[in-house]
Amino acid sequence: MLKVNDLSVSFRTEQGIVRAVEGVSFEVAEGELLGVVGESGSGKTVSLLAVMGLIVDPNATVTGSITYRGRELVGLPAKEMRKLRGREIAMIFQDPMTALTPVYAIGWQIAEQILAHERVSKAAAWQRAVDLLAEVNIPNPAEAVHRYPHQLSGGMRQRVVIAMALSCNPALLVADEPTTALDVTVQAQILDLVAKLRRNHGSAIVFITHDMGVMAEIADRMMVMYAGREVERGTKQELFLSPRHPYTQALLDSIPPLKGPRPRRLRTIPGAPPNLLNRPPGCAFAPRCPHRFEKCSAVPELTGGARAAACFRTVPA
Amino acid sequence: MIFALLRRFGQMIFVMFGISVLVFLIFFATPGADPAARIAGRNASPEILEAVRKSFGFDQPIYVQYLTMMKKIFITGDLTSFVNRGWKVVPAVLDTVPVTLSLVIGAAVLWVVFGLLIGVAAAAARGTWLDKLLMVLGLIGISMPVYWLGEVMNLVSQSRYHDTWMFSWVPPLGYKTFSTDPKGWFLTLVIPWITLSILYIGLYGRVLRAAIIESLQEDYIRTARAKGLSETRILLRHALRTSLISFATLFGLDFGALVGGSALLTEVVFGLQGVGKLTYDALLNLDLPIIMATVMYASFFVVMANALVDIVYILLDPRVRTG
Amino acid sequence: MSSPLLEVINVSKRFAVGSRFSKHGLRTVQAVDRVSLAVMAGETVGLVGESGCGKSTLGRCIVRLYDLSSGTLRFAGTDISSASTRQMRPLRRRIQMVFQDPYASLNPRRRVRDLIAEPLRVHTSMNSSDIAVRVAELLDIVGLKPDHAMRFPHEFSGGQRQRIGIARAIALNPELIVLDEPVSALDVSVQAQIINLLADLQERFNLTYVFIAHDLSVVRQVSTRIAVMYLGSIVELGSAEDIFSSPSHPYTKALISAVPIPDASSSAARNRIVLTGDVPSPANPPSGCRFHTRCSIAQDRCRAERPLLEERLPGREVACHFPSVNSKG
Repeated sequence: MLKVNDLSVSFRTEQGIVRAVEGVSFEVAEGELLGVVGESGSGKTVSLLAVMGLIVDPNATVTGSITYRGRELVGLPAKEMRKLRGREIAMIFQDPMTALTPVYAIGWQIAEQILAHERVSKAAAWQRAVDLLAEVNIPNPAEAVHRYPHQLSGGMRQRVVIAMALSCNPALLVADEPTTALDVTVQAQILDLVAKLRRNHGSAIVFITHDMGVMAEIADRMMVMYAGREVERGTKQELFLSPRHPYTQALLDSIPPLKGPRPRRLRTIPGAPPNLLNRPPGCAFAPRCPHRFEKCSAVPELTGGARAAACFRTVPA
Repeated sequence: MIFALLRRFGQMIFVMFGISVLVFLIFFATPGADPAARIAGRNASPEILEAVRKSFGFDQPIYVQYLTMMKKIFITGDLTSFVNRGWKVVPAVLDTVPVTLSLVIGAAVLWVVFGLLIGVAAAAARGTWLDKLLMVLGLIGISMPVYWLGEVMNLVSQSRYHDTWMFSWVPPLGYKTFSTDPKGWFLTLVIPWITLSILYIGLYGRVLRAAIIESLQEDYIRTARAKGLSETRILLRHALRTSLISFATLFGLDFGALVGGSALLTEVVFGLQGVGKLTYDALLNLDLPIIMATVMYASFFVVMANALVDIVYILLDPRVRTG
Repeated sequence: MSSPLLEVINVSKRFAVGSRFSKHGLRTVQAVDRVSLAVMAGETVGLVGESGCGKSTLGRCIVRLYDLSSGTLRFAGTDISSASTRQMRPLRRRIQMVFQDPYASLNPRRRVRDLIAEPLRVHTSMNSSDIAVRVAELLDIVGLKPDHAMRFPHEFSGGQRQRIGIARAIALNPELIVLDEPVSALDVSVQAQIINLLADLQERFNLTYVFIAHDLSVVRQVSTRIAVMYLGSIVELGSAEDIFSSPSHPYTKALISAVPIPDASSSAARNRIVLTGDVPSPANPPSGCRFHTRCSIAQDRCRAERPLLEERLPGREVACHFPSVNSKG
């Protein structure tokens, strides 16, 4: 349904060119949940912003191909992109406290989206807003519709954001770290909600996070990004049980366990992610990789089809 | 919300009381000079000084003096100026209010409309030549002192080019009341309106542009874009609407100050007998009762404008309403 | 049994919100409500809970960044509950704090060398060359390079900034360090490095930690004992292993079950306890047991009577009328 091929996004800054995303390719099938994992600077957010056409920086260059249901999105005129955005592809972001416009009621904001994309009456749009709020478990939806964002807690606001994103029944929902800013019990509620909505609406979801635990719970397939490149992909089970890239393995190792014996010291990845202005040649992870050898001075290709890893050490399956 | 409004009103009364005490003390309790001499004006004879002392109760304790003064101003309205023999102060001040109001309200309409236009246009065209042009024009507007601009306008419209078709309609300097001569009222005010508003158009245009551009960086704008809304709608309905809050508060304060007498320079240059001009004349003559009255009036007006601004804030920003 | 390094006895901290004239009138937020805790030298006590539970406020009370509303605070036997700023000064060498936000807790206009040297300049009479030597030593201890001393905070990554904050905190060889969410703002791989660093420093310098965090896996890793907080009070207190293997309080159970585990095998599918509703406002707490509005086993007694923190199992204190006391919770 969504095919991204060789996507690159770079920004021209005063200090030079920042290659935030380099040659990333991935696919999302109808109804599936793709998890995108990476730390800061991995390019996970920028890639998906590019898919949405939300990169507004005039110093940005987006190359490559993004096809949605056969339609090429790169280079699509803004007007056409706007018709897709919010209607067929929707996106929600990390911080619910600042995601909604403070001066309008939440019902108004949901209705605004509906009215922008569908020919329905105002009354019908507001009624849909009430129904959507009920679907995301907001108590007293008929009354809540008139509330302002500042009157709701973070968890509630995130639900409103989700309701708004799903208001036009998009085929694809992109969620950029939607639970990172929430308490863990609220996160559990939201993840439950996302699972339920997935069942009811059948949308495909791209879920960006840095939290491997969340990935394990909800993802079907996963993609790991590092320093703007994709380093591994596969099904959730494959990645957790037999990761093929040293970074994936290292990420899993550095998480303190919640059960079982406590290690005396955690396994860490020495150093820090590279500066994207000055990416070292060859494999971006090599300087921190325990398995590096001479071949790593070249950029490894992502080999292996659906179960791919970008590493010279791993033998393609 | 009603509670918030009432509370604000209560605060306003309290502040006004405080100001009246402070103004009184400044004028009548500063050590050194004799307040009676100040009120009576220069070259007052000893009999007049004595009369003043009796009338204002300067031999009484200070709070009686305060109460007497307040009574003269507010209740009986018979505070008189000694410089302009027997001229009643309070009616004099009140007579000038419509003039100032006409000037300031007209200018305000102009500057709000054009300030909005310029601010929104510059923000929409940010980075382009239009934006830069508008900002430069705004800067020029801010930099021209109003008395200079006013005199230049007078020079052009009253003398140099008065006979050309462009300015032949300009009447001589002065004010015509609306009730007697609406057309005259309008014509005498057109050029003063433009002069006074130019400074504020420049200022508000620049401020609004900055506020809108800053709003556009906020997360909720990103959400609005993700919703698929048009840039125009985002600019006007989301960014502008949120920026209006600061625009409105700024406006309220400036408007209040102007009505209180800050339009003094414009009034003097154009010969309009407004509150500012009255204060100016009184300062030249050291006419203390008038100065006192205008100072009180000006302070009150600023306090009231502040309170009104807070009330508008409550109406515009839902976050302020609940507690 | 040796005496505790830090004793928190019935400490409360209240904040006044609003005024007589505001919409709801003058309200009191009970941020910390009669908390008692003893910290032994050399251990790490983890304070864990969600937003509004009061853990950060408690941390600041311990360091006397706030005045206590009531209760007693004792450090190394000395009562510091109402110590004045002057009286606290010598103690500041012994109690230090590391903050959450590595971007906000370092003065952006100061060089690293000056940031780390400041406690030395304030509390000791060391001369400049001695200070320079100590700064270089501290940079090395936290894993930074000597040439980093001349740089400014914005030139560093989050993890490195946190190391600077830690170097500053250990400059005076304190005994107790309160760490307020020291790794929450960091990437996972960097978190692990900092956690290891803190463990190394604890061993090397015999430090005692009060570690405040909301991330349960991190708290489990670093803590000897854990205090679970909810709406200003401690609901459960016990050793880290016991709390995780057999939690007793319903909130603790819900909290632990809510954490997503990075384990994709089907055996990991768990019975998660999903709590309904949101955390109540600390300005308007529920009657009786503060947790009863979200508790799946709440009874009438819970609505009426507030449970006290009592020892229900050896080494385990729970504030609940119906705690799980069997070995497998």
